[in-house]
Amino acid sequence: MSGSILFNAIVLLAGAVICVPIAKKLGLSSVLGYLLAGIIIGPYVLGFIGNEGEDIMHFAEFGVVMMLFLIGLEIEPKKFWEMRKTILGMGGAQVILTMLLSYFILILLGLDWQVALTISMAISLSSTAITLQTLKEKGLMNTTYGASSFSILLFQDIIVIVMLAVIPLLAKTDNTSSVDQVTEGAHASLLDSLPIGLQALAVILSVVLVVILGRYVFVPMLRLVAKARVRELLTASSLLIVVTISFLMELVGLSPALGAFLAGVVLATSEFKHELESTLEPFKGLLLGLFFMAVGASINFIVLSTYPLTITGLLLGTILLKGIVLFIVASIFKIKLDQKLLLTVGLAQVGEFAFVLLSFAFDLRILNTEQLDMMLVVTALSMTIAPILGIINERLILPNVGTKQAEKRPVDHIAKAHKVILVGFGHFGSTVGRFLRASGVEATILDHDSNRVDLLRKMGFEVYYGDATRIDLLESAGIAEAKILICAIDNPDVSIPFAKILIKKYPHLKLMFRAKNRYDAYELLELGIEDVYRESLETSVKMAGDVLTNMGHRKYTVHRQSQKFIQYDEEMLRKLTERPKDTKEYIFKVREEIKKQEEQLEEDLKRGIIDDTRQWNSDEMRLAAKKNS
Amino acid sequence: MKSVLVLFAHPKFEHSKTNKALVSKIQNREGVTFHDLYERYPDFNIDLPKEKELLKAHDVVIWHHPFYWYNCPPLMKQWIDVVLEFNWAYGPEGNALQDKKCLNVITTGGAREVYCSSGNNHYSVNEFLRPFEQTARLCGMEYLPPFAVMGTHNLSKENLDTYVDQYDELINALQEGKTFNITKECEFLNDTLLLNKKKEA
Repeated sequence: MSGSILFNAIVLLAGAVICVPIAKKLGLSSVLGYLLAGIIIGPYVLGFIGNEGEDIMHFAEFGVVMMLFLIGLEIEPKKFWEMRKTILGMGGAQVILTMLLSYFILILLGLDWQVALTISMAISLSSTAITLQTLKEKGLMNTTYGASSFSILLFQDIIVIVMLAVIPLLAKTDNTSSVDQVTEGAHASLLDSLPIGLQALAVILSVVLVVILGRYVFVPMLRLVAKARVRELLTASSLLIVVTISFLMELVGLSPALGAFLAGVVLATSEFKHELESTLEPFKGLLLGLFFMAVGASINFIVLSTYPLTITGLLLGTILLKGIVLFIVASIFKIKLDQKLLLTVGLAQVGEFAFVLLSFAFDLRILNTEQLDMMLVVTALSMTIAPILGIINERLILPNVGTKQAEKRPVDHIAKAHKVILVGFGHFGSTVGRFLRASGVEATILDHDSNRVDLLRKMGFEVYYGDATRIDLLESAGIAEAKILICAIDNPDVSIPFAKILIKKYPHLKLMFRAKNRYDAYELLELGIEDVYRESLETSVKMAGDVLTNMGHRKYTVHRQSQKFIQYDEEMLRKLTERPKDTKEYIFKVREEIKKQEEQLEEDLKRGIIDDTRQWNSDEMRLAAKKNS
Repeated sequence: MKSVLVLFAHPKFEHSKTNKALVSKIQNREGVTFHDLYERYPDFNIDLPKEKELLKAHDVVIWHHPFYWYNCPPLMKQWIDVVLEFNWAYGPEGNALQDKKCLNVITTGGAREVYCSSGNNHYSVNEFLRPFEQTARLCGMEYLPPFAVMGTHNLSKENLDTYVDQYDELINALQEGKTFNITKECEFLNDTLLLNKKKEA
């Protein structure tokens, strides 16, 4: 049964399709859904997936590689360089402290120093896949918590190379067969035969190679492919880039994820940034899902039931230890309490690299089967528990710590009478809020950035802290008596589901929504929200208008043209919104968007140049006057 | 030399041959501030302190505009509404504009003949301009008769050139502080001897 690839595919896909939506419905992250799906289809519950779980995991690790490539794409080289201190400082402190503490504890527990060192290395690493996926899903990448997590994870990705190089040195040298296994093992690389100095040089060279490849090979290749105008070729070349980088990195013994990240950074400034992002996104999502399911399936429940106490102890000890270290590191770097707690819980799990390190050490006979199995179970369990801890932290601890969810303050009756709720106080929302305040309207603000919330409270705003999509927070912010809700959330993946909740729960509330672009606007309009504000519309029309002014057009004429154009564009948006309901799903989206753009350009053509020459133009009168005379 | 502020309001200046010609000669004269209202305030958002400062800095204020529906274009009216503040331009303490000279420079499509009791428009230009006259008076300014370029629908090149020169001469006379020989019959500054001097000679 387990031999059939098709059957495996059905099991995995069905598992994902059933479990992830359920997890989402329950308000949990998709990661947890995948992990649970893995446990259910794994060898100890339904038994659909047997020992091949590990192979699947190896294959699916590629999802992590892709994710780092995509993250790299969003970080321009300059920004990456600016982050170097946090990466080295926070990352270094976290890894070293965790290793030191766990090493001494393990030695005290009576383990060999080699075993203790190997396990402490494995423990010090956190899960890039889980953490970043969760951060992205919640739109927290740009918070202090997000940036710190990312820095630490990046350092871990770099340091894992060193760890992989060190582990063979720990192997007991009297055992000759282990040496054979090194050369045969999955992590044997070209560099192993070289002296340390040359190895370091090779590592630097390969980094340089990635940069050169990115600039002078990948970009020209993508240009060539783009000219061919065959869409699937772009997909193929995107995959080719990631696979090539991974292969090169494995060849020299570097982490493929790190290589992919570097390649992403190099390509972040290229014109293909968004193309690459949109083509690789679905692959990344699927592979990561697969990876999480493989993790779930790999939890060995037999080992768990044999040593329930030892494993529980190890698991809790590990998470506690990692958490304490993270808390200390965050305190050293003066991170605010709530962000600190998020970081502490967010990175407390043991990561996917532990699987690699532990198996590698087992191949070298540093660990015995029992130790390996136990640690693998601890790792997988910690990855499963982490998202649950995150939920507990967010729902139960955070609201009561540091930045309080709400603060008592006298509400003046005018503001109360026509209450406005403003969700999100970033660049967009803050302008809205400031203008309202300048006009004497005090909006109730909801925001999830604690630094901002504290500042706003100091400035006398009524602010609620937390995730606005939570009904209880909305209730305490007084949504029941609110007239208008303004949504200034940046991320459409958050704001559109948010709109759906609001429409369902509060049908009489007037909703005014920020839309990132016209496609988000279509979705919001389809939901029945009439007041949709595209952030790019007015600014780009203003810019085009200024271009005309610079070319010598009169400002007042341009002003009128601009207003007409905006009006026309809004009308067309609403006209094009009416489309069949069943084409809303993701797969059709890209095609739909292109079709929409085509329709829109066609409308423009039909309409021609905006013309209002009839006003204040005396040509016709002049003609009439000539006729009469 | 007196300083002259030309407040110019034309919503479609780029289409007006007459006004382009009129403006061309006086626009860059020394001592003349040519203030293109529709270009400066396309969104009608008039900068009040700036406008007050400009008014204070000049001795002569000219409302230069096409005569639309017997009136000025809306931005000019907006300017009057916003800038001429109570207790600044008028009112018990409003004397900022005291003793400045003020006049309208207008262009009309219809010829002079249609602006009289027997013509299509029934009233003379001076009658239509009464609100401006009274506005200037309330602000303590000396209101001069208008300079009008009429019948622009049928204006020949030569006639337009004459007007252009006359406008320039008018500005010159205002700068030099010459007094205009205004008789009761004088409807427009165009008619005063001073400006027609050249023609006669």
